[in-house]
Amino acid sequence: MNKIDLLERSQMRSDVPEFYPGDTVSVHVRVVEGDKERIQEFRGIVIAIRGSGLKKTFTVRKISYGVGVERIFPVHSPSVAKIVKVRSGNVRRAKLYYLRHLAAKQVRAKTT
Amino acid sequence: MAGILGTKLGMTSIFDEKGKQIPCTVIEAGPCTVLQVRTREKDGYSAVQMGFGTRSGKHVVRAQKTVYDKLEIPYPRYVREFKGFEEDRFKPGDKVRVEDLFAAGEKITVSGVSKGKGFQGVMRRHGFGGVGGTTHGQSDRLRAPGSIGASSYPSRVFPGTRMAGRLGGSRVTTKNLLVLKVIPESNIIVVKGAVPGVRKGLVEIHKQGPTVR
Repeated sequence: MNKIDLLERSQMRSDVPEFYPGDTVSVHVRVVEGDKERIQEFRGIVIAIRGSGLKKTFTVRKISYGVGVERIFPVHSPSVAKIVKVRSGNVRRAKLYYLRHLAAKQVRAKTT
Repeated sequence: MAGILGTKLGMTSIFDEKGKQIPCTVIEAGPCTVLQVRTREKDGYSAVQMGFGTRSGKHVVRAQKTVYDKLEIPYPRYVREFKGFEEDRFKPGDKVRVEDLFAAGEKITVSGVSKGKGFQGVMRRHGFGGVGGTTHGQSDRLRAPGSIGASSYPSRVFPGTRMAGRLGGSRVTTKNLLVLKVIPESNIIVVKGAVPGVRKGLVEIHKQGPTVR
């Protein structure tokens, strides 16, 4: 497995901040439109982290115009320009799927 | 066709330049040692025989040992012949490396022995649909093969009728796999998608197209 690890490590990035489920993060996503590239921000609560190494992904949930939106990002994907930790949360679970059923006020109560 | 031997190390994924995650298999290929060159004049066909891996001398036949000792190489674990090389490209004792044969962006063919699946039913083994619904008092027939022949004629089962049995553990060839990366320092070739066989299993990596010069 050693040689696979080396291959994976060569693709991994080192500028990822430490963050956990419950934290609020801002993910800067590279969006390619035609031949132009711009950065789009996706800010929300990390509700799950899964996998390890190169294949590690995390799920960010936010409420956009009253609609819940979740996006799954590979941590080491080149299309993720930057990950910024905005606020740390205080939760007791590794997977926060129950936030989906809560109102915004309850979400705040659960994650701070 | 021309090729090289390797062991499958396992699967992972890598990101391409567009940021897409691509599933891939990592194969440690070569270096193989050329043991013998078959020529049209002498053997009636043209091929390169190469050895891969190492092995203790305990079970190597003495006749084979003399060949290896003459070349002063460790006893190879696997020996295979590959056609499609120019006859004067290699001579016995030469090393064949991945980067000599393959480059990123190339389509290749990979053969290996598939994972043994044991005794499997007809749905898994041959892709049968099973027998219809569970209603009208029917039970225990969901994964059954259905009819395997008629009664009065031919009143027997035709040879070769597909039934349940051993699945896997046979030689499987996958064609048109894309080479994503070749890393010469560690003898690694990274191939898009899956490759037959278990981890650490032997695979033959073949080139496609005309004879290699």
